[in-house]
Amino acid sequence: MKKLLNDPESAVADALAGLAASRPELMVDQEHRVVTRRAGVRPGKVGLVSGGGSGHEPLHSGYVGLGMLDAACAGEVFSAPTPDRILVATRAVSAGAGVVHIVKNYTGDNLSFDMAAELAREEGIEVEKVLVDDDVAVEESTWSAGRRGTGATVVVEKVAGARAEAGGDLKAVADTARRADAMSRSFAVALRAGTVPAAGRPGFDLPEDEIEIGVGIHGEPGRRRGPLRPARALVADMLDAVLADLPETSDPVVAVVSGLGATPLLELYVVYGHVAEELARRGVAIARNLVGNYVTSLDMAGVSITLCRADAELLRLWDAPVDTPALRWG
Amino acid sequence: MGRLDTTTALSWIRAAADAITAHEAELTELDTAIGDGDHGANLRRGFSTAALAAERSAAAGQEPGAFLVDVGGALISSVGGASGPLYGTALRAAGKALPGPDADTAALAAALQAGLDALCRLGGAAVGDKTMVDAFAPAVTALQSAATDDLSQAALLAADAAEAGMRATTPLRARKGRASYLGERSIGHQDPGATSTALIFRALADALTSDHA
Repeated sequence: MKKLLNDPESAVADALAGLAASRPELMVDQEHRVVTRRAGVRPGKVGLVSGGGSGHEPLHSGYVGLGMLDAACAGEVFSAPTPDRILVATRAVSAGAGVVHIVKNYTGDNLSFDMAAELAREEGIEVEKVLVDDDVAVEESTWSAGRRGTGATVVVEKVAGARAEAGGDLKAVADTARRADAMSRSFAVALRAGTVPAAGRPGFDLPEDEIEIGVGIHGEPGRRRGPLRPARALVADMLDAVLADLPETSDPVVAVVSGLGATPLLELYVVYGHVAEELARRGVAIARNLVGNYVTSLDMAGVSITLCRADAELLRLWDAPVDTPALRWG
Repeated sequence: MGRLDTTTALSWIRAAADAITAHEAELTELDTAIGDGDHGANLRRGFSTAALAAERSAAAGQEPGAFLVDVGGALISSVGGASGPLYGTALRAAGKALPGPDADTAALAAALQAGLDALCRLGGAAVGDKTMVDAFAPAVTALQSAATDDLSQAALLAADAAEAGMRATTPLRARKGRASYLGERSIGHQDPGATSTALIFRALADALTSDHA
């Protein structure tokens, strides 16, 4: 394993220290691994907390800032943060209007956020949980832990943050987030596994000419393996899977093409070119897009494609000003 | 005969922390195959912290029930992922169901049944889903039906049953947790959660046999 680390044990703490040095507008509580906005939460604004295992950067700490999250909890690599830390974050962003927890659908994240919400409610803080579960690669969901939360998380956090910034109440912010999740679907393929620092070797081995199809963002293998084919053909298959499950409306989509951590931008633009071409061919308009590393999986090589059907209101929230380390406009 | 008092319970948690540390690489290996490779490091980190909490709790003179509640709380706030809340909740529930300064086989079996019930409620898993429940449930059953009032002998039977349950997860298809995303591809791998559960029950047997040898 070759990584720019001091010690696998200190990877998360060292990265948070770097984030703090780079972004003075953010506050990093190293004891609890909680990142908040130094300016705090405006009284009466709904607080937004997300979090999860580390290794998906810029998720979630890179999305803390104006117009998006108020706090992010960084767990160990690929492990949900513990409930007491989520409680610390929840308290820190509670400004009298309640707190929304944005939770990617994984067993550990669900358990930890639920326990934290219970404790927060005992302290009189109203908490609404919003589950992100956009990954269509998880089939037969009644026999599994359910669809995973992946690329749609960035869309959900963006529009929920805008709704909260605009003065939406707890229910309105949670409903906006849930609607964005319901309108989003994702699918990912991996060319090479990532390496968890503490494990020291890749999560799976792949022959030179094979890819993992329907891979998650934690290094777990996908549902099946297949041959590596030209990007055009892979994108068509990925879009087939996404569109088969995406709600059918006449609305355009927000398209997010995210690298999984070790994919050159050159390849991401190759992929996005085919996404644009294929969607045009299928009569789906792209209203907005992101191409880059938004939801990653350490140094996994591969790409995820997320589409979110966005009506005028979701687009307005998407376009609202945002100022975070990883998203900034308006 | 043998009973579980706070001294024995402390030996149990120490032995569990040692066993998890000694088997970290194996747990990582199993979890890398069908999960995300974090089970070994998470549990080693969490049980080390829980062992410190255990020393403090025992030194403060807690009865075994309150002691297990303390250790469970430490696990919840230090393991991370799903296994912290799951093991921590199970130990807390077991501790709350454990009255008095020491417990015989029947009392410990009843307490661990309460722990198992809490674990199943929280995680939503049942026997056969390829999770820690597959080792935990048979261990509790073995403890309940042990035809001996010698707690250390009963704990040995429970540890054997947990290990049998652990091995029996290999041909199963996962229905809960991260391995469930693999569908058929989870078949043929021993479950890492069931493996750590078996280590914890073996640690209980070790603690009881060495204390009452």
